[in-house]
Amino acid sequence: MSRNIRILTVDDSPSMRALLRHSLTEQGFEVEQAEDGEIALSWLASNEVDLVITDINMPNLDGFGLIEELRSSARHAERPILVLSTESSTEKKQRARNAGATGWIVKPFDAEKLAVAVRRVIH
Amino acid sequence: MNLDDIQNVFFVECEESLEAAEAGLETCKAGEHDTETINAIFRGVHSIKGGAGAFGHAPLQAFTHCFETLLADVREDAVELTPELVDLLLHALDCLRDHVDAAREGRDPPNDADLIKQLTEAQAANGGAAGTEGDAEESDEPTATAEQGPDSSDDGLDLDALLDDLDADAGDGESGDAAQADAALPICVHLRPHAPSMINGGDPLLWLRELELLGGKVAKCDTSFVPQLDDFDPATGYLGWSFEVPVEAGEEAVTDIFDFAGDGCSLVIGEGEAIPEPQLGEGQSDATEQSDASAKQADTDGEAEEPSETDAKAEDTDKVDAPAKSAQTPVAKQAAPANQAARQSREGQSIRIDLAKLDRLIDGVSELVIAQAMLAQRLSADDVTHCEELTMLDGLIRDMQERAMAIRAQPIGTVFNRIPRVLRELANSTGKHVKLELVGESTELDKTVIEMLSEPMTHLIRNAVDHGIESAEERLAAGKSADGTLLLQAEHRGGRIVIRIEDDGKGINREVVFAKALEKGLVTEDQQLSDEEIDNLIFAPGFSTAQQVSNISGRGVGMDVVRQHVKELGGRITIESQPGKGTAFILALPLTLAISDGMIVQVAGQSLVIPLAHVVESLRPTADQIKGMGTDRQMLNVRETFVPIMPLAGFVGSGSGPAQPTDGVLVIVETENSGQAALLVDEITDQRQFVIKSLDTHYRSIEGVAGATILGNGQVALIVDVDRLVQEAASSSVMPNTPAEVVAA
Repeated sequence: MSRNIRILTVDDSPSMRALLRHSLTEQGFEVEQAEDGEIALSWLASNEVDLVITDINMPNLDGFGLIEELRSSARHAERPILVLSTESSTEKKQRARNAGATGWIVKPFDAEKLAVAVRRVIH
Repeated sequence: MNLDDIQNVFFVECEESLEAAEAGLETCKAGEHDTETINAIFRGVHSIKGGAGAFGHAPLQAFTHCFETLLADVREDAVELTPELVDLLLHALDCLRDHVDAAREGRDPPNDADLIKQLTEAQAANGGAAGTEGDAEESDEPTATAEQGPDSSDDGLDLDALLDDLDADAGDGESGDAAQADAALPICVHLRPHAPSMINGGDPLLWLRELELLGGKVAKCDTSFVPQLDDFDPATGYLGWSFEVPVEAGEEAVTDIFDFAGDGCSLVIGEGEAIPEPQLGEGQSDATEQSDASAKQADTDGEAEEPSETDAKAEDTDKVDAPAKSAQTPVAKQAAPANQAARQSREGQSIRIDLAKLDRLIDGVSELVIAQAMLAQRLSADDVTHCEELTMLDGLIRDMQERAMAIRAQPIGTVFNRIPRVLRELANSTGKHVKLELVGESTELDKTVIEMLSEPMTHLIRNAVDHGIESAEERLAAGKSADGTLLLQAEHRGGRIVIRIEDDGKGINREVVFAKALEKGLVTEDQQLSDEEIDNLIFAPGFSTAQQVSNISGRGVGMDVVRQHVKELGGRITIESQPGKGTAFILALPLTLAISDGMIVQVAGQSLVIPLAHVVESLRPTADQIKGMGTDRQMLNVRETFVPIMPLAGFVGSGSGPAQPTDGVLVIVETENSGQAALLVDEITDQRQFVIKSLDTHYRSIEGVAGATILGNGQVALIVDVDRLVQEAASSSVMPNTPAEVVAA
């Protein structure tokens, strides 16, 4: 089932990107990556993915901003977006919900848990 | 890329984060911080924590968590940033660096118990903890404590509530307790998804699917609210369900599924419960609190209690129905400066390239330069001159070379940035507080030089603080400020980088130095030495002036090692010391170790290269410009300035140079220490770039020769070490192998 599921991960940390690519590829997902919200937006303008996984703390355009931007366009209104963050406060989660996030994963993650989370939101 | 590679990326990133955090804290120390500064520090520590967790460095993670929690309070203004706190944070940062090093090298983590205690106390003492991440999290994730394994040193932050259902199946005793109280009865889960669950890419069906995966069965489906088809809104939740989930699945596994559902779903757990009412019409936005409340309920063993909806609803209508905008505006405002700060801190950043790859590129460019020179030579031999394409090629290659070298160039700030820590450690061990002044941090030089510079510089700084700067009492008595000042200055000068390390301490005590040198047998009693010569004695091997060997600078490696390091870099170190006022060490280093511009000259049938950086001008002297001095020296009068003439023929060990300066060409060179000199050569044949090949590796080191290079015709030419040569010649009373003809003149 995981074949051909394409995921965009957005994270400014190179090690986290590498880890995400490693974990998700191992689980059979196709992985695309962006370094911050702005890059993610411009990439998404001309590409399709099944799911976006984004960090919150990022330069240029942070995770909240990215989600809001995506939700404001009809094309991405229904796209599952997971937040992957070390933060786990109610306030932050509420903010992410308001922005339009589909789910929230707390770092650190392991590959299997991540795959479960991904399948939880893939239609 | 395997996990080890990824981990290496993480450690590189740690360095950046540490540097950013340190820069931020130094700004705080200077009292010039603002919100962005604190954010940048927080982000640095935060990102290390993220990676530490991901790569399983538990001690590092535990420490960063503690550190971060305090920083979060500082960020929220819950804790006041006093100078004492800044010191503590700096101290914590040093410890963090040790933690990172330990994690990277697989060593035991440093003992941080004391610091963790201090950090926690600092937080508690300032009445922090309000609204901190850690605390908010605990209330947010009631299951965390149950999940916490005995080996977990963190307070549960590394637990992923959303995904813990996997672990829950593994069944740790504690989490099962709650459920076991209900014997074997299934967990009754009553849920009703609301409209918000169907936006943002959510789908209640997925929750149901997961409940099924836990072994849940639908006990009841409430269809009573489904309207007539005409009134049907596909984005509204009309259905509610009761599920029976086997108790083995664990209640938290169930609540975890709805962890992020928030106001998208009403959830009640407990046998006596009923499916919550739907929120239709204007009430569609349900209370966030409800799911939280139900989560808490679940925690208190599923006690039956309907959350009071009215209050929560009124509150949340504001929050949710005026969608996002009102709530988001302040968020956006906060984010903007943070982004700016992030952008600033990323200015110096770029993509990472394996250094070896870069070196290969530079090597390639260097060879290209040589090949181009050979081509030019071949063409000119075949009488192809004024070749436009060649000129173009020349320009392009030159550009390319400059750019390639620029890639390797790094601001010296990367070395300077390590100094504050050295000073802090010194302050701890010596009690001498030293103010650091940096000038010219952005001066760029080759990365190889930078890397090799770190160690001698650190040593010089330790030396300056240990021996140079006096104790606070002594300083006050001498009418100085209690804190010493250390100046680090870098600048480009004459094709070199000159680094000045200057303290305002007591200066070198020449009597003590001389006595010590005498004791060590380095000098004899009747030797007359100039101040400079005495100062330079401290570079003699085995010399140490410390009365007692301290653990700071007297580690058995002396200043001679520093000088050796600098020499290896092709640099020179000099001292300027004024008793009572302070001491300055001046390092003069080449900008790059790879390519230089040079003038190719002929001397007694040999080609020599004079680095262009030294060349001031060249001229054919007239007889009246030459003046004799003493019996064996000649001076050149250049615009009423007298410059000593040095025949290079002596240098190449041949007497067949030009008999008179008027027969040859004088190349006037500027040196670091010995002023100008006019080198007498037969003729100047060319000016081109050359790649320095070390003689040490191919032959052996020779005084006065900086290296060798391959000329366009494939011939090997020696590169003149102008500084050294002139210095040697000037200090010896007789010119080396002075040609007889010159003496006779």
